[in-house]
Amino acid sequence: MFAVEVEKLTKIYGRGDTAVRAIEGATLRVKPGELVAILGPSGSGKTTLLTAVGLINEPTHGKVIIDGVTVADEGWKPGLDLRKIRREKLGFIFQAHNLIPFLTALENVMIALQINGAPQAAAEERATELLRALNLGHRLGNYPSALSGGERQRVAIARALANRPKVILADEPTAALDTENGRNVMALLKTLAVENHSAILVVTHDRRMVEGFDRIFEVHDGRIAGGV
Amino acid sequence: MNLAIRDVSYHRGRFILTSVGLGLLVGVVMSMGGIYRGLVADALSFSRAARADLWIVQQDTNGPFAAVSRIPEDIRYRIAAVPGVLEAAPLSFQTIQIDRRGKPFRFFLVGYDLGSFGGPPEIIAGRPIRRKRYELVAGEGMKLALGERLRLGLHDYTVVGITGKIVSSGGDPAAYVSLPDAQDIQFKSDNDAIRNERRRQAAGRGGAGVPSTHIVNAVVARLAPGADPGEVAARIGRWNHFRAITDEEQGRIITKGMIEKARMQLGLFRVILVVISGVIISLIIYTSTLDKIRTIATLKLIGSPSSLIVGMILQQSLMMGFIAYGIGWTMLLLTYEKFPRRIILEAFDLQVLFAIIMAICVLASFAGIRKALKVEPAEALGG
Ligand SMILES: Nc1ncnc2c1ncn2[C@@H]1O[C@H](COP(=O)(O)OP(=O)(O)O)[C@@H](O)[C@H]1O
Ligand SMILES: [Mg+2]
Repeated sequence: MFAVEVEKLTKIYGRGDTAVRAIEGATLRVKPGELVAILGPSGSGKTTLLTAVGLINEPTHGKVIIDGVTVADEGWKPGLDLRKIRREKLGFIFQAHNLIPFLTALENVMIALQINGAPQAAAEERATELLRALNLGHRLGNYPSALSGGERQRVAIARALANRPKVILADEPTAALDTENGRNVMALLKTLAVENHSAILVVTHDRRMVEGFDRIFEVHDGRIAGGV
Repeated sequence: MNLAIRDVSYHRGRFILTSVGLGLLVGVVMSMGGIYRGLVADALSFSRAARADLWIVQQDTNGPFAAVSRIPEDIRYRIAAVPGVLEAAPLSFQTIQIDRRGKPFRFFLVGYDLGSFGGPPEIIAGRPIRRKRYELVAGEGMKLALGERLRLGLHDYTVVGITGKIVSSGGDPAAYVSLPDAQDIQFKSDNDAIRNERRRQAAGRGGAGVPSTHIVNAVVARLAPGADPGEVAARIGRWNHFRAITDEEQGRIITKGMIEKARMQLGLFRVILVVISGVIISLIIYTSTLDKIRTIATLKLIGSPSSLIVGMILQQSLMMGFIAYGIGWTMLLLTYEKFPRRIILEAFDLQVLFAIIMAICVLASFAGIRKALKVEPAEALGG
């Protein structure tokens, strides 16, 4: 079984003369434990594709299947609690600024667990364990403003992993980092894919960042060029 | 973990400053309520101190406080004879302003019959008036010392006792003298006036004889146990010469008639200030929600239910109102003794104000909540 299946996905923003076909007939499948890259220049439709899989951007046509559940088929499947699927099956990592500024590193990870029903103590334990594993044991009580870019991104990764999601979606996770920190984050994602048996989709425009990935999809003008 | 508290404590400087500002507004709203209650208590304090069941005044007047009333002193005997009346006592009132130590000194002078009731309700220092002439019991608010002498009309009066904080319906402190003294002060203002009066009479222009000074402003009556004040008042009213007002009615005349305008003014100010507080809370909650758009989008993205986000905004609004209320209340407790007017804080008023502020906080958070609910999770993306 696939963790993510996308079939003939098309997303059109707007209508009539101003309509933008951001993604056109995209098809891809990702297995659990696979680390795949979606590579393409700015404006090619990478974020559109990722957010459709992330259930925050409704596809115009085509299917999205997450962990065997069809969530979109010519638009969202009616009667689904998308937020519930998001918090249970998906983890998100973005470019930057996606931590809650008034929560400490520890609390930023805990909130994802508590939203998913974990009691305070259990959430604290798991969050601490995750942050320690990501070498942030000494930063638990710091606010994001006191963390470096690399540290923030690792907190975000810990948060994305908190609920042991089937699928992790990362949109330009290295864009705000220098090359070294960027490579470290990518290496970390690779380990996590194997260890946690999660499917990880990473969007990037930086070809140098994707070495060691299991597969690379290239996107040009909304069309997927291939699964290498 | 409570998001509202975490956010507030992260931005505590801003939050505390705003709450203090709101607290001052709430304190003013509270003090206005207290001033109104004080106004009512002051206005009623004298009529309450007399502990009368009935006020007998000049016909067709709302006397003796809201209108001028003059009746002969001796009708007290006729009143005392009315069935249901236990005792009756004459009272005279006048507002006096003299110069004392170069400043105007204003008070409300009550003349009462030493052998009857209607005198000072309590003596907190010194003694009651014992001699019929030239002794005075001063209200606490006059700040006179025992043994101090005061020139009123033709004579000096010695302060022999101090009574509690009793004030006239106009807010002037009350002082007590014997009825004959009060009548002297009222009618024989000075020797020149008396000489003029005699000269006029000698010249045959003065009318019939010496004008009577045996005039009072009201006769107060106490009723026998079980007697119905309304019935007795109606009985006295049937004579057609006097009007009998029950103590309850007197209270209504004073509060409804005399301080109604003050009540409306204070009420209007309170409404305006409460509305201003609401607008301020609303603006602050709205802007703090705008500041948190990204946080809210992130929360939605990681799957938090709307209730968590709505709860965060609502709780912050309520916290702000709660703290502002606490600050306002504390401020008032620390200062109300120093207000020039009496402030009475009643538990009921405070509770109602609290409920109103909480309701306003809920309303004020609507704009912020509406905005938050419209935030798309996708807004968490991008740089
Ligand atoms: N919300 C939107 N409304 C209209 N057009 C959009 C919207 N989001 C993206 N687009 C357009 O869709 C195309 C693909 O955008 P995007 O998926 O963000 O590309 P990428 O992430 O590869 O830079 C672009 O031309 C962009 O302008
Ligand atoms: Mg993008």
